[in-house]
Amino acid sequence: MKEQADLILEQQQHDAIERLGYGFELRRRDFFKLLGGGVVVCMCAGPLLGQESGARRRNDEDLPQYISAWLHIGSDGNVTVYTGKVEIGQNIRTSLTQQVAEELRVPMGAITLIMGDTALTPYDMGTFGSRTTPTMGPQLRNVSAAARENLIDLAAQRWKADRSLLVAADGKISEKNASRSISYGELTKGQELVTLIGDDPVLESPSEWKVAGTPAAKVDGRAFVTGKHKYTSDLTRPGMLYGKVLRPTGFRATLKSLDTSAAEKLPGVTVVRDGNFVGVTAPDSGTANKAVKLIRAEWTAPQQTSEKTLFDDVRKPTKSEGDNPGGPPRMSTGSMDQGFASADKTLSRTYTISYIAHVPLEPRAAVAEWQDGKLTVWTGTQRPFAVRDELVQAFRLSNDKVRVMVPDTGAAYGGKHTGDAAVEAARLAKGAGKPVKLIWTREEEFTWAYFRPSGAIDVKAGVRHDGTVVAWQFDNYNSGPAGLHPPYSFPNQHIEFHPTDPPLRQGSYRGLAAPANHFAREVHMDELAQLLNMDPLEFRMKNITDARAKAVLQAAAQKFGWGKEKSSATRGFGIAVGAEKGSYVATAVEVEVKDRQVLVKRVAEAFECGAIVNPNGLQNQIAGAVIMGLGGALFEAIHFDNGKILNPHLVEYRVPRFSDMPKIEVEMLDRKDVAPAGAGETPIMALAPAISNAIFAATGIRLRGLPMVPNGLPSEDNLSSA
Amino acid sequence: MSLILSVNGAEHPVDVPPDSKLLYVLREDLGLTGTKYGCGEGMCGACTVLLDGKPARSCQAPVSTLVGKKITTIEALEQNGKLHPVQEAFLKAEAFQCAYCTSGMIMAAVGLLAASPNPSDEQILSGMEINVCRCGTHPRILEAVRQAAAARVAR
Repeated sequence: MKEQADLILEQQQHDAIERLGYGFELRRRDFFKLLGGGVVVCMCAGPLLGQESGARRRNDEDLPQYISAWLHIGSDGNVTVYTGKVEIGQNIRTSLTQQVAEELRVPMGAITLIMGDTALTPYDMGTFGSRTTPTMGPQLRNVSAAARENLIDLAAQRWKADRSLLVAADGKISEKNASRSISYGELTKGQELVTLIGDDPVLESPSEWKVAGTPAAKVDGRAFVTGKHKYTSDLTRPGMLYGKVLRPTGFRATLKSLDTSAAEKLPGVTVVRDGNFVGVTAPDSGTANKAVKLIRAEWTAPQQTSEKTLFDDVRKPTKSEGDNPGGPPRMSTGSMDQGFASADKTLSRTYTISYIAHVPLEPRAAVAEWQDGKLTVWTGTQRPFAVRDELVQAFRLSNDKVRVMVPDTGAAYGGKHTGDAAVEAARLAKGAGKPVKLIWTREEEFTWAYFRPSGAIDVKAGVRHDGTVVAWQFDNYNSGPAGLHPPYSFPNQHIEFHPTDPPLRQGSYRGLAAPANHFAREVHMDELAQLLNMDPLEFRMKNITDARAKAVLQAAAQKFGWGKEKSSATRGFGIAVGAEKGSYVATAVEVEVKDRQVLVKRVAEAFECGAIVNPNGLQNQIAGAVIMGLGGALFEAIHFDNGKILNPHLVEYRVPRFSDMPKIEVEMLDRKDVAPAGAGETPIMALAPAISNAIFAATGIRLRGLPMVPNGLPSEDNLSSA
Repeated sequence: MSLILSVNGAEHPVDVPPDSKLLYVLREDLGLTGTKYGCGEGMCGACTVLLDGKPARSCQAPVSTLVGKKITTIEALEQNGKLHPVQEAFLKAEAFQCAYCTSGMIMAAVGLLAASPNPSDEQILSGMEINVCRCGTHPRILEAVRQAAAARVAR
């Protein structure tokens, strides 16, 4: 139920899902020509397969439209797998390749993944929400297992042998008595075989895995240490120009007057104007920058709010609430009245979350090319198909006239869902009549990208003397509904998300609002433990029934050595737990407080996401989430006033650096009996509350706002409600 | 105006305004895209190259000041198909995630180890401090630098 609700939420948050017609018939005719024969296996979602073969089947297509994954084995033995997911540093190119190798029984080196190409890969909603591992992983294993069985069939036919006496291993089919063997390439030579399968596979259990489950090295790792990998920003096209957009003076501004005559006098410069959009193209980026600086423009913008009133503004209800058919997410169990009536103590507190930026090191970038009315765009995005739709709408084209390709990208963290750079580059390329590359500057990235939402969260809880939480009221204003559900078994709860009309452009982030909701929840739990004079670990354990949540808490506590030492005025220990998207995290932290400066010295984090597909990549993701989380916890914040960002540079926006590094100990719990869940997000969630709790343990100061110590520990008279 | 730049052991005449920053000349005029743009303000290290063997931010360096200097980019480290020991160490430690920072990290480490072949942890931290890895791969990067130093000392 909860999983289903979360998925619906996820879909609402990332625009309504759209199932687009996949031009498969065309492809079937063409793809053997393209791929040179062989064996192709396609997977269709179960219900859709049923639908297609039933009354709604369309006569003009002999294959279903909705294919979620497919795989080709060529006569050279090379395996090509097509998925709409994209690689943004989370290392799924490697983990998916491992899973294909596992089921198909080929070396990883024989496999190539084509990812995020709207002309070649099946429709995909996007790479977010930690969905690749739980959904695309099984789909590709499924397709690979079917391909393997096909190959066994082909060998059995060829040899007129009993298929039960044949085995697949190392890219070959062999007889069990080893008298004959044949490579996949030889078997598929001259074949043009298409197999369709549903999504009800017979898959190897993780406990049988030989390739998946092992610490595989990153696919193409060498291309990254040599600088040879081509990110979007590194691509060139024949005749390509460089683009630059004239940015308005603030958000929501409209163009009042424009004089581009000086810019147009520069050699090779074209100015493109369309509505409020103004940009230039030039033979090199330096000339493009000069041209934009020569443009004289006047803008008018409405008066807008500032961060000074932010935490009041986020409480104003959205004016468009009625548009959301399900209403904002809300959940109630038990009776709040009875819950609070039975409590020995109650505590109400408010927690606040600032806007922060994703700061992917590769800024938004796109290369756009028009040819014969068709548009091709290379861009770093998490949602190639949604970007294609943006382009289709912007230029009033049909789907088949637009192709979006996503080179493995210089990170995203939830920040690259939209196609802004793609649309801009395409508009410039259309105006200039030549391919155009556009790379956003860091300042543009900080200003015109969207932010992790800010928010205010009110928590009111009732506890009994024995440590049982009997009432839990949790109201989140604007920050978002992800991670609202506690991993605890509270008998009486009311949890609600209240959307607002935000002052800044806001969107997804690593874990969406779950880090914010975990912060409020886990600091509040610590405050309740303090109220009862209980150990924070013992207090949490008392309210958890979920065995997986208990297991990570115990593992983190053990790794950390929780309870072995007591906090002092200069050293504090804190702990927090979380669960989201089928994975569990617990984080214990040691902070050092000296001269009102807070230093995170040590982090022990236990994480469990079911069966581990790639422990090497997982360790990197967990430690990476901890380090990224340090920034949002301690010092990252976007400052703004009247539609302007006040700190749009790295010199003013502090991100974690080498000198901020704590000692990080990661404990990965491998549950071979549980289907793998994603791991890109949940490992960030328990860090900030654990730090806050550790600071309190050392200093007695409760920090209830993120970031906690942008200017060091606040002095006593600056603390309003400690 | 034409200038001669010495890049990766070869002389390259480039016809660009003298205040052009090296990063853009490398990437757009010489096609050396291994050096990355990250911030344009010298605060992320993605554009790190070596100038006469010392790490420098190419986004801050006007080409007019570089005539006669030896410029080394990530593309020059691999020799005859053999990785530089620092590249080898980064690959072995898998000291990257999205890897967009990796070229700059490796160049900073090469420069650091040239100046201090057996650096202390403090020297490593200060030598790498300007370089940002937003994916949070810092522990592995530090480990790779230590391993590369150990491999050099062992030889």
